[in-house]
Amino acid sequence: MNIVVLVKQVPDSGSERTLDSTDNTVARASADNVINEMDEYAIEEALKVKEAHGGEVTILTMGPDSATDTIRKALSMGADKAIHVTDPALHGSCVIATSAVLAKALGTIEWDLVLSGAQSTDGGLTMMPALLAERLGVAHLSGARKLTVDGSKLTVERQTDGGYWTIEGQTPAIVSTWDTMNEPRYPSFKGIMAAKSKPVTTLSLADLGVDESEVGLGAATSTVLEFASRPPKSEGEQVNDEGDGAAKLADFLASKKFV
Amino acid sequence: MAEVLVLVETVADGDGVGLKKVTLEMLTAARALGEPSAVVAGLAGTAAAVKERLAEYGAAKIYVAESEDIDNHLVAPKAEVLAKLVGDTSAAAVLLPSTQEGKEVAGRLALKIGSGLLTDISEVDADGTVTQVVFAGAVIVKSKVAKGTPIYTVSPNSVPPEPAPAAGEEIAVDIAISDDAKRVTVVERTVEASGGRPELTEASIIVSGGRGVGSAENFALIEGLADSLGGAVGASRAATDSGFYPHQFQVGQTGKTVSPQLYMAVGISGAIQHRAGMQTSKTIVAINKDNEAPIFELADFGVVGDLFAIVPALTEEITKRRA
Repeated sequence: MNIVVLVKQVPDSGSERTLDSTDNTVARASADNVINEMDEYAIEEALKVKEAHGGEVTILTMGPDSATDTIRKALSMGADKAIHVTDPALHGSCVIATSAVLAKALGTIEWDLVLSGAQSTDGGLTMMPALLAERLGVAHLSGARKLTVDGSKLTVERQTDGGYWTIEGQTPAIVSTWDTMNEPRYPSFKGIMAAKSKPVTTLSLADLGVDESEVGLGAATSTVLEFASRPPKSEGEQVNDEGDGAAKLADFLASKKFV
Repeated sequence: MAEVLVLVETVADGDGVGLKKVTLEMLTAARALGEPSAVVAGLAGTAAAVKERLAEYGAAKIYVAESEDIDNHLVAPKAEVLAKLVGDTSAAAVLLPSTQEGKEVAGRLALKIGSGLLTDISEVDADGTVTQVVFAGAVIVKSKVAKGTPIYTVSPNSVPPEPAPAAGEEIAVDIAISDDAKRVTVVERTVEASGGRPELTEASIIVSGGRGVGSAENFALIEGLADSLGGAVGASRAATDSGFYPHQFQVGQTGKTVSPQLYMAVGISGAIQHRAGMQTSKTIVAINKDNEAPIFELADFGVVGDLFAIVPALTEEITKRRA
């Protein structure tokens, strides 16, 4: 079973993140960029499926040159090869245009299964796998916390608010994953060394037959008008518990009409 | 006045069907853009169970698409229903809940009708300018859809629902779901015990426990406090990773994003991972033994002390005052 894992490089959610005031896009140049955490679970699942059923694992990412670091991380976990879609004209592309480009890129290789983190930690749209499924006309088994592969039949436990749904579909398919799915492995030293020589194919818009006018900030289907840092919260009240902490807290809750 | 389509999200209510609160919030928000029309897509009988509430909250029309094909297949049938209605009604906008399903439907719909979309909005103005809170609550963005019939997904708990009685005229939607939309079958829906507590993203009050709670058994303290307030129980990633509480109750960057009226963080230090999921809560209370814990920077009221002494006393005090 040949698997493609969608991977995105994002600004580290543990450090300060903002937008770039020159064009209101995500400030990536100034950020500490890392692999989108949710994608590590998708990579882990892909490696497990490969271990059980054979095949190859290909990483697909779209992003600037710096995304090479993220690709190497994914390869060092054990993926076999990677496709890096990069082109200056892609800067500022909206989710709709990005999905068009990724769909084209998925058309350049043979695959049975696409795995993707359900959500990125920067935009958080939770939408890319659904957009790709719609464009490609394949099944989307979304929000997985468990995946079972039986030949071409896929069964997923879809995490829901009050429990889970058991859903089924056939390959070719896209499965999006939550962090409840598995425990991603750490790259081994051997894996890190091996990643350096694994093949990475770089594709430009011209390679994919996408016209520059269809992507980028100018073609975006939504526009950021302005942004501002959220004002800091005004200083709250803090008390040390001297045996009366609970009563003081109850008074506070009563003053806010919660009790 | 132009119609604004609102995709109704329902929730099991005992043996029947009820409305998720976010549906009422969307009907309220939709009034800024036009006349709200509710869209019910599900099993036969769904609309009958919820139509009075929809009308009470401003639905002038209720479009009803009910069939097993819609209920038995994931997401895609609902996008087909909405795409047809956008065409039939020349709607001014479409609102969906910012839930996993709502976002997936929104994405598919955007491609079907050639529109742009914006997710996780907390406000929308008459001219279509929306407010989004991004990057773990650190940045507020004003945006606009630049193409087609705008599609918005609305964050739960961001618009206070206000009744505005309307006609609630039922209109059957004549649609056959395509084979393309039947690629994923829902085999079974399993409900896991929530102890009768409200659902996290919908709850007005949430009590969350963290590493400081120390064990799964000790989470009974958190549950007791939540129950005294009629609230939901959440957990930090440290607590779910340690197996103290099930993963689906995790609040944070990799879990649920919540915005309740009251958020109580107990034994939670307040790492960015956690803050990302609760920073926009209206009132925040923290109990922690470390007075330097970053959670206190967010707290409207903080108590420095031993949670094992404070929480039981607080639960008792609240129960007494509420009696």
